Amino acid sequence: MKALICIGHVPDTTSKVKFTDEDTKFDTTDIQYIVGPYEELALTRLLDLKDAGTDMHITAVNVGSVETEATLRKALAMGADEAIRINAEPTDAAFVAKQIAEVFKKGEYDVVVTGKESIDYNGGQTEGMIAEFLGLPSVSGASLFEIDGDKVKLEQEIEGGKQVLEASFPFVVSAGKGFAVEPRIPNMRGIMMARRKSLEVVEPVDQNNMTEVIKHYLPEAKPECKLVSPDNVEELVRLLHEEAKAI
Amino acid sequence: MAVLIYTENYDGKFKKSSYELVSYGTEIANQQGTEAVAVTIGNVEEAVLKELGNYGAKKAVKVLNDELKDFSAQAYTAAIEQVAKNNSADVIIFGNNPSGRAIAPRLAVRMNAGLVAGAVAAPSSLSPFTVKKRAYSGKAFADVVVNSDIKVITLSQNSYKIVEKSTYIEVEDFKAEISEGAYAVKPIEVVKSSGKLSVTDADILVSAGRGLKAADNWGMIEEMADILGAGISCSRPVSDLGWRPHDEHVGQTGKVVAPNLYIAIGISGAVQHLAGVNGSKIIVCINTDADAPFFEAADYGIVGDAFEVVPKLNEAFKKFIQES
Repeated sequence: MKALICIGHVPDTTSKVKFTDEDTKFDTTDIQYIVGPYEELALTRLLDLKDAGTDMHITAVNVGSVETEATLRKALAMGADEAIRINAEPTDAAFVAKQIAEVFKKGEYDVVVTGKESIDYNGGQTEGMIAEFLGLPSVSGASLFEIDGDKVKLEQEIEGGKQVLEASFPFVVSAGKGFAVEPRIPNMRGIMMARRKSLEVVEPVDQNNMTEVIKHYLPEAKPECKLVSPDNVEELVRLLHEEAKAI
Repeated sequence: MAVLIYTENYDGKFKKSSYELVSYGTEIANQQGTEAVAVTIGNVEEAVLKELGNYGAKKAVKVLNDELKDFSAQAYTAAIEQVAKNNSADVIIFGNNPSGRAIAPRLAVRMNAGLVAGAVAAPSSLSPFTVKKRAYSGKAFADVVVNSDIKVITLSQNSYKIVEKSTYIEVEDFKAEISEGAYAVKPIEVVKSSGKLSVTDADILVSAGRGLKAADNWGMIEEMADILGAGISCSRPVSDLGWRPHDEHVGQTGKVVAPNLYIAIGISGAVQHLAGVNGSKIIVCINTDADAPFFEAADYGIVGDAFEVVPKLNEAFKKFIQES
C-alpha cells in the first residue's frame, strides 16, 4: 500500500499569536514550527499499521517554501519513508489541495491521509477538496482506521453519533481524535535515519486562489476574572443570572 | 440568485443550529437583495419544513432519495449541487459541524467556489465579499475575501443569533440524480449517541478535569448538568484515563465548543484545552490553584476545592431554579 500523508507546518500550539504588515501577515518571530497535531496522529496510525505487518510505504508531503523542510524531516524522523515538498507558498486550501491531488496522480498512491484541520486557519478543507479534485470518496474526521486485506474499516463522527464505514482503495481520509492514541515521538535513531531519506522538491501546478486573508485580529481582551468567595456561591449564581444573563 | 442553506434534519426534526443558519442566510440574502432557500435531505413533514419560514426562508427544498438514507459526503455533495444549480444559488451555507465540514469543501471544488470555513459573522462587505472567521484555534480572527462568483461558507455554531422573521414559505420536493459510484465508501452501521445532550448542542456545558481525581467522583458533575439542563464535557486526560467517554473531550484534539456558559471544574486550562472552549460566551472556572491559566480566560471564578464548592453550588442552582 502506498500512502500519501499531508504534513501541516504550523506554529507550536503554545505560540503567542501576533501579526505584522498592518495585520496582514503572521509574525513568525520566535515561532517554533511543528507537525500539525492531527497529522501527527495520522502518521502515527500508519506507522503502527506498518509495525504490525501491513505492507506500507509512507510518503509525507507538504506545500511550502524551504523552511518547511525541517517539519518534513520531523515526519521522516517519526518514520515516514520519504518526503515531497511542493515548492510554493500555500496561499489557500484549494491551491494546496490541487497540488497534493497532482502528486497523488503521478505517484499512483492508494490513499491520501490528512489531519482533520490545521491549527492555524482551522479550515479542515483539504481532505474534501483533494477528494473532489481526484473524484475519490472521502471520510472526514475518522476516529478509526483498520486495514483488513484490501478493505479498510473506518469510523466517522456524524451529528448525534458515529457511522461505521467500509472503504476500498483508493480514497481520501482525514484523521480526527482516536485515529491514534498518542502521537509518536521521534527517537535518536529515527532522527539520524531521517537525514538520509529522500526529500524531493517538485514545482507546483497552476491553480487560482479562491480566497485571500486580508486582515487578522486578536480577540478583545477579556476583563479580569471576577472572583467569588467559595463561601458565597449564591453570589456566583446571582452574577450568572443578573450580569452575564447566562442562566 | 439565492442564498442556499443546508439545514440538516435529525429523524425529521431541526435543531436550534438550523434556525441559526437560516437566520444567517436570510441576513446575507437581505444584504444581496436575493432570497434564502433551505435544503434538507430526507423525509421531513411539511409542517416542520414550514417552521424554517419563521426565520426568513422563502423556500424549503426536501431531497427525497432513498439512497441518501445514510450520510455520504460524495452523494450529499451531488444532491446539494443540483439544488444549488436549480435555484441559481451564489452563496451556499453549512454549519461548521461534521456533515458541513465534509460536504462544503467538495462542493466548493465542484462549483469552482471559494470556501470560508468557521465564519463567525455576516459578510462585512459584498464587494469584495469579505467574511470574518476564527483562526489560530480561537486565538485570532481573520477577514477572508472570496474571489469567486459562488461562495461557500460554514458557520461556527453559536456565533450568529437566531432572528425570527415570519415569511411565507414554499415547500418543494426534489429527486436528485445520484451516480452509483457515490457510495464507494459503504456505511455499515450508524451508532447513535445515548439520549444525552451532545456537547456541541448544549447551551450550557459543565466540564471537569483531572482535579476530580477519579471516575467515581462525577456524580456531582452529573447532578449540576441535570439541574441546569446542561451537557457534560471533560478535558483530555480525563478521556484518556477512561474516566469519561471520548466524545465528551473538548479541546484542540477533541471537540471545539461555543456554548453560552462553560463551567470548568478542576481543569487548569492548558492552551490545548482553551483552544477548544475559548469561543464560549461566558466561562466560569473552579479550581484550587489561584494561578491556574483558566482564570485568565474565565469571566467568573472560585478559588476552592471542587469537592466543597460544587455540592454547595448545586444547592444554590437548585434554589435559583425553584424560585425563578
